[in-house]
Amino acid sequence: MTGGMPGPSPHDRMQPTGRRNKQGIRIDPEAEVTHEPRQAVLSALVKHKPGVLSEVSALFSRRQFNIESLTVGPTVDDDTARMTILIEEPEPGIDQAKKQLRKLVPVIEVTELDPTAVRRELALVKVGGEKPDDVNAVAEMYDGQAVDASTDSVTVEITGSKQKIDAAVEAFKQFDVQEVVRTGAAALERGPTTLEKHD
Amino acid sequence: MSEHAKVPADEEQTDDDADQAPVTTGAQSVVRALENAGAEYIFGVQGGAIMPVYDALYDSDLKHVTMAHEQGASHAADAYGIVSGDPGVCFATSGPGATNLVTGIADANMDSDPMIALTGQVPTEFVGNDAFQETDTVGITQPVTKESYFAADSDTVGDNVSEAFALADAGRQGPTLVDLPKDVTQGATDVEPAAPKTPDTYEVQEEADDADVQEAAETLADADRPVILSGGGVIKADASNALREFAIEYEIPVITTMPGIGSFPEDHELSLEWAGMHGTGYANMAISNTDCMLAIGTRFDDRLTGGVDSFAPDAEVIHVDIDPAEISKNIYADYPLIGDAREVLRQLFDAMPRRPDADEWREQVQTWKSEYPMTYDTPDDEPLKPQYVVETFSDVTEDDTIVCTGVGQHQMWASQFWEYTEPRTWVSSHGLGTMGYGVPAAIGAKLAAPDQEVVCFDGDGSFLMTVQGLSVAVREQLDITYVVLNNEAVGMVRQWQDGFYEGRRMASEYPWIPQFDKLAEAFGARGFRLEAQEDVEETIQAARDYDGPSVIDAHIDPGENVFPMVPSGGDNGKFALQEDHLEEL
Repeated sequence: MTGGMPGPSPHDRMQPTGRRNKQGIRIDPEAEVTHEPRQAVLSALVKHKPGVLSEVSALFSRRQFNIESLTVGPTVDDDTARMTILIEEPEPGIDQAKKQLRKLVPVIEVTELDPTAVRRELALVKVGGEKPDDVNAVAEMYDGQAVDASTDSVTVEITGSKQKIDAAVEAFKQFDVQEVVRTGAAALERGPTTLEKHD
Repeated sequence: MSEHAKVPADEEQTDDDADQAPVTTGAQSVVRALENAGAEYIFGVQGGAIMPVYDALYDSDLKHVTMAHEQGASHAADAYGIVSGDPGVCFATSGPGATNLVTGIADANMDSDPMIALTGQVPTEFVGNDAFQETDTVGITQPVTKESYFAADSDTVGDNVSEAFALADAGRQGPTLVDLPKDVTQGATDVEPAAPKTPDTYEVQEEADDADVQEAAETLADADRPVILSGGGVIKADASNALREFAIEYEIPVITTMPGIGSFPEDHELSLEWAGMHGTGYANMAISNTDCMLAIGTRFDDRLTGGVDSFAPDAEVIHVDIDPAEISKNIYADYPLIGDAREVLRQLFDAMPRRPDADEWREQVQTWKSEYPMTYDTPDDEPLKPQYVVETFSDVTEDDTIVCTGVGQHQMWASQFWEYTEPRTWVSSHGLGTMGYGVPAAIGAKLAAPDQEVVCFDGDGSFLMTVQGLSVAVREQLDITYVVLNNEAVGMVRQWQDGFYEGRRMASEYPWIPQFDKLAEAFGARGFRLEAQEDVEETIQAARDYDGPSVIDAHIDPGENVFPMVPSGGDNGKFALQEDHLEEL
């Protein structure tokens, strides 16, 4: 092969002393800081129109943001829907996710909710109908209620935090769980703070 | 934001309003929206679902260039956007027409080139039924556009096009698409399109926060080893003059990215040309050893940074970008400055407390220039060198000559050995690396700048991918000189196989290559065959003298490789200058 140029070989050149980590942040070579993933609750106001959910979910998929749940529903304004998105990422990723999300044209506003924000999830659990009284007793322990019953099955509704629902589903396992469906979290900031639309 | 900014639609319309017939169909509203936005050319290919829009074009003054393939339409529109600064327009029908456009749309998205694509779609009642020539164009293109619109109504389709046009041009430029179901364009309406206006959710910050600018300026002024890294955003923002003034006043060496080529004159002593995988040794040395980098309008692509662990590892980074999502995406910004490059450069110019005390550093940089010269040998017993062809062409042309390329080794030689001094004279496919970009891009570039000379360097592999575009150049009588640096191989792949795959040349050599000079003649262009170094000047002259498209089939040394080279993911400062350096790394 031909081609090539004169000049000192790679190891005979002036070298910098520093280093960056994988996120492109300058680091002390002696003590590299690793950014552990953390959970963040993003709340987004979006235009209420076809294709928005697909646009948002495609963004999270193509940029490899780790998404735990995504819920979407209408608001009091017919033109606006609200999404609650739980992601788990190291710090720079959470910031990126917010900025990339904000860049989508149908997205009106994005904010990360405080960890203390009110978070609720709904689960429906269908169990075998052999012991309806016992099922009811467990449901009551988790403030749930039976919403459907037949000779062969009982369906129970539970609302609450993720932890509470995890625990409830675990408790129902004593009754032959046939199906479980969970909505993923919906969340709002505590106190008077709201996510205002830009005008 | 652009110096090419349009006259607002309402002012522009006044004179024409009288002779503009009111719109009667959705299609006419689409065409009216393009006229109002200031579009000049449309690059497209006809087809069933887009026919109503073409029918409306029949009565318009917009100039349509029929391309040989939809991919060419999108690349031509992309190049038109790069050269003119205004969104290029391309049309295609539904299904295969739209999918053929996708490569060019994705290319524009990666390089932030302004473009609007309009695609036909099957009538609304058939959408979702797998109708003839139906594809989910919005679904396919959403990830590679700023926004893809599905036109739902004949009354609002013109507004969709106006908004898409404005969005393509606003903030960080890029491609947009409007999908046009046939019933929507055929449908009756008397609603004129709204004036071009970005969506209400789209916000652009033009100026950076003054306090942040002040802090960044102090840091830059305190630096011992400052550099400016000028990206494509500087050209997009028409900030090249502002950059020149800033760099020269404060005597800071300037490195460009590849898309930033032309933002700073390469013949200026502060220029280190461009950095990255095949950038100059001196630019890469400066990247490695700087202690303060003012990076403007760049997204720190991996072909620029190499491995991020070793990218400018001692540098505090001041990152100027109009897109907040680029800040700290790949390289952490110590001083993020969100805003338009020209505005922020002006702010920084005023905020600089003094010139950095960097005499020693500037000397160091000059030393590197002599230590790592961009040279090549031309031994008598070896075939024609591609670098010589590029350099010779550069020497005989004006500064405003536009260079287009395909993708591969030829693209690197064209960027390394041509001397660029003006913005919007380098038209290439960077982020997507689209082989085949060159032939149609030169068409778009020539129509955007009819008074400037246009040269397209291509490789034999790239040229074969879109060679049908020559028929368009001939039909439109475009004076373009195509130079195929022909090594009968997909040379860059061959180079990597030799360097990293033990010389196992799988599917990289083209022993069946056509004679491109004769192929050119078959298309009606002028063809030249070039083999000997002593014929280079004369052949270039003959091709330039021909008034129309010409193709020089330059048979170059098939063994020639591109250097310097930072291996993928490598350390910028440890570029290989020769084959055996690769083994040391």
